Amino acid sequence: MGSMWTAILTITLISLVAGLALSYAYRTLQSDSGELVEQVNDLLPQTQCAQCGYPGCRPYAKAIVDGDATINLCPPGGDDTIRRLASLLGKDIVPLAERPAPGRAVAVIDESLCIGCTHCRNACPVDAIIGAQQLMHTIIEAECTGCELCVAPCPVDCISMKSRS
Amino acid sequence: MSAPTYDLGKLHGGLRLQANKKMSTDKAIQHIPVPNQLILPITQHAGDPAQPIVGSGEHVLKGQLIAEQGGSLGAPVHASSSGRVVAIEPWPVSRRYGDNAPCIVIECDGKDEAVGIADLLPSYETLPPQELLSRILRGGIVGLGGAVFPTAQKLMQALSCELEFLILNGVECEPYISCDDVLMREYAREVIAGAQILLHALELDVCYVVVESDKPAAIRRLGEVLAELDDARIVLKQVPTIYPSGGEDQLVQLVTNREVPSGGLPTDVGCLVQNVGTAAAIYNWISNNEPLVSRITTVTGEGVAQPMNVEARLGTTIADIIDFAGGYTDRAKQLIIGGPMTGKSVTSDRVPLVKATNCILVLSEMPAVTAEIPCIRCGDCAAVCPIQLLPQQLFWYACADDEAKLRSYGLTDCIECGCCDLVCPSHIPLTADFRTAKARIRELADEKARAARARLRFEARNERLEMDQILRDEELAQQKEAARKAGPDAIAEILKRKQERDED
Repeated sequence: MGSMWTAILTITLISLVAGLALSYAYRTLQSDSGELVEQVNDLLPQTQCAQCGYPGCRPYAKAIVDGDATINLCPPGGDDTIRRLASLLGKDIVPLAERPAPGRAVAVIDESLCIGCTHCRNACPVDAIIGAQQLMHTIIEAECTGCELCVAPCPVDCISMKSRS
Repeated sequence: MSAPTYDLGKLHGGLRLQANKKMSTDKAIQHIPVPNQLILPITQHAGDPAQPIVGSGEHVLKGQLIAEQGGSLGAPVHASSSGRVVAIEPWPVSRRYGDNAPCIVIECDGKDEAVGIADLLPSYETLPPQELLSRILRGGIVGLGGAVFPTAQKLMQALSCELEFLILNGVECEPYISCDDVLMREYAREVIAGAQILLHALELDVCYVVVESDKPAAIRRLGEVLAELDDARIVLKQVPTIYPSGGEDQLVQLVTNREVPSGGLPTDVGCLVQNVGTAAAIYNWISNNEPLVSRITTVTGEGVAQPMNVEARLGTTIADIIDFAGGYTDRAKQLIIGGPMTGKSVTSDRVPLVKATNCILVLSEMPAVTAEIPCIRCGDCAAVCPIQLLPQQLFWYACADDEAKLRSYGLTDCIECGCCDLVCPSHIPLTADFRTAKARIRELADEKARAARARLRFEARNERLEMDQILRDEELAQQKEAARKAGPDAIAEILKRKQERDED
């Protein structure tokens, strides 16, 4: 009888010590969430298109790490990005919330129609549009991420998206 | 004279292939007359396309510069004979991913008039290395072993490293090809003279001329020339006949027992490798002022009437060359530019001879297309891989599109020699799969680089917008402060003045 109580007591003690150690470790050794945000951000395509509902890739990365956003909100990244995010964060692979963007695109300004309003220039998240008031604007093709954020603000509808290939 | 067989650093794997070289080597080099039309692609080298500097209708002379080096890596193109430029237009070429490429088309006048040599050339020995290199650059000389890397840039890169050996590659390990063999037999003097120029340009004292053991005639001839010149810096070496001992890194391993590091260059272990044909071309340019306008190429295979080695002007079409070699036989089935292992099959013989064309191979039968069956993981491919990669694992990861694993298993070090293909009992086209996977890896790397740039720009923009906001806030605060200091009376005054002005 006595030996049974010894066993129970021992196991309880071990569990208590282990539990305390683990809870201490959880608090002090928790991975730096800033670092994790960087890692997640590295996996995102950096189109800065805001299609996920956040104003850019980094804010979206932060939302994922904070648990506010799911990992399947990035259409330009597509299934590849979801797969990589899932393996980094130990989450399940889920299908994309929206239809994926078709291939890499580039915005093109019809320069004969442009009135020089600078609306598109101000909307571009990566400064890939050159132009000034009353002067024709143009897109730096190499820097354009194809995010389509410049298309809607144009008052004369002179911006269209073209496939890169 | 014979040279000692040299296999200090033993090559891993490799294959003893049936050489099939005899059929093209029993005749001397034949010189093909200048054709009526020359087609000169502006990209005959690794790097950026050359920029044409002649227009349609312009008259050009043999050796005249017709396209300048474009970009930082590249080589110029010279006219191969005299005539009139009739077009600069897309033309089918024998590129790896075969398609049309811009070419300068010259209608020859048959006079084959060369550009005059301005004045007596200074001996190369009086030129400082840098000047010698810039001269080599202007000669349009590229690596004639097949990679067509611009020679001058390769030498320039080498000058920034600690070099010990210059290695002249006369191994030519691929079956059927024998153009370097006959070059060494008939132009041994030029090859050695080219080596001397290279030694001067690189300020080196040791040069190994390396030849495979199945070329006794070439070894004998080179030995004779060396004995005559009595240049102690140049040593003739012989390596066993194993494919692919002619690969740059493999050759370095064989001759110096030093392994070129993964992702590195032979210069990392103190070696610079040049093809023997390149050395001869350098001699012809530096000492005789003849730019690279022709090359020796092997026309061979069971599908050619008289297999032989020919010296033809760059831009001659393959059809013209095969006509010269007696035309196709009835058995001709497949046309390959390059050797059977690494060459590329082409569908048209209208493609021109370019600097890279070391062989025109007409096979009598299509390679047996046997259905690919699943990998049985026998490991034969790993046993023959000269880089000591694990092709079966790479194949696995290539199928899974697993970039990280492919990188860690060294896919980027694959030299695409084709040994694994040949021994695979399941007939899996491993090399082709690896080529595709490599392209995919490059694509992913590009994507990553683009994303990094976009991110930098995005962050820079956010910073700028924040800065603007701070400045605006400050200005506003200053204005408020100024208004507060002036007091309510002054503000009323200003407002009154403004009202009066508006009424006027």
